[in-house]
Amino acid sequence: MLDTLLMLLVFQTLGEGLVYLAGLPVPGPVIGMLLLLAFLVYRKGYADRLAPSASQLLAHMALLFVPAGVGISVHFHRIADEWVAILVSVLVSTLVSIVVTALVIRGLSRMRKEGKS
Amino acid sequence: MMPHLDTLWVYMARSPLLWLTATLLAYRISLFIYERSGRSGLANPVAISVTLLVLLLLITDTPYAVYFDGAQFVHFLLGPVTVALAIPLYYQLAKLRRNWFALLAGALLGGVASIASSISIAWMLGASPLTLLSLAPKSVTMPIALGVTEKMGGLPTLTAVMVMLTGVFGAGVAHYVFKVLRVEDDVTSGFALGATAHGVGTARAFQLSPEMGAFSGLAMGLCGILTALLLPLALKLFGVI
Repeated sequence: MLDTLLMLLVFQTLGEGLVYLAGLPVPGPVIGMLLLLAFLVYRKGYADRLAPSASQLLAHMALLFVPAGVGISVHFHRIADEWVAILVSVLVSTLVSIVVTALVIRGLSRMRKEGKS
Repeated sequence: MMPHLDTLWVYMARSPLLWLTATLLAYRISLFIYERSGRSGLANPVAISVTLLVLLLLITDTPYAVYFDGAQFVHFLLGPVTVALAIPLYYQLAKLRRNWFALLAGALLGGVASIASSISIAWMLGASPLTLLSLAPKSVTMPIALGVTEKMGGLPTLTAVMVMLTGVFGAGVAHYVFKVLRVEDDVTSGFALGATAHGVGTARAFQLSPEMGAFSGLAMGLCGILTALLLPLALKLFGVI
């Protein structure tokens, strides 16, 4: 657990540092994730050492969303003012996203299979 | 006997300890309800925890800032957990190599369609610019969405609400959408679920089949990276931020 947490913090720190120095418009932890992925590919087998405690952390990811979610209390009036726009937009675009993603993947995999046969 | 009982609340309500404990307790209660409901998509643990805590803040007349003083210790872990997404992603690399073109195209086009439709619909219905910015990254896993929104100048707390709505709704309807479209293979359905409904969709996918869950997790990571890299650039290009 300690080693995993240390690794995650070290890579997050590297990510944040890189974002700051290079002026990247990307969250530091995302760069940290890419750096860690590259490290895991480079050091084969290291992932197996991190996986058990990392999966414990990932299993309770939902908990980490709660503090930001409670922030809804600050936005009650904004949501009350714009709830039609927010709700319609979220519902429609969620459907659009599922449909487009599924159809693109199915279309392209079929094309590839037909190209092979 | 206990002369300070009346001031105990005043003392505790200001300490980070109380609100950190309340956050974990609310989550524990919501997990219990979620399990008892047979892991129903309607009993989403985040939605229940947030409802409990918002009610508690309203009843005790506690400002969000005081609550966040305690809850920030949990919030902080979003960073390390984002980094940790590299680990499940690493185990999916072989599968990704086999299908990379179709999956990457699906993630890109699906993501563009999702962001474009959400922003244009909300704009047509008269949403404010701040709401539009906070809507954009709503299909992405929460830690990345919050990071992106903070970076772009949106409202992270509002984004959190959008991300949750999207996740709960997407995970709930995906099954029916796939039936209508006649999408039957686990790779395609899992990926589309994760690309749209992020962690909530992935949790749902793992209940249906392990392969579906793996690809949902892959989609979650991939879309997260793509959105984090491309959305701020795109908005900068269009002169929005």
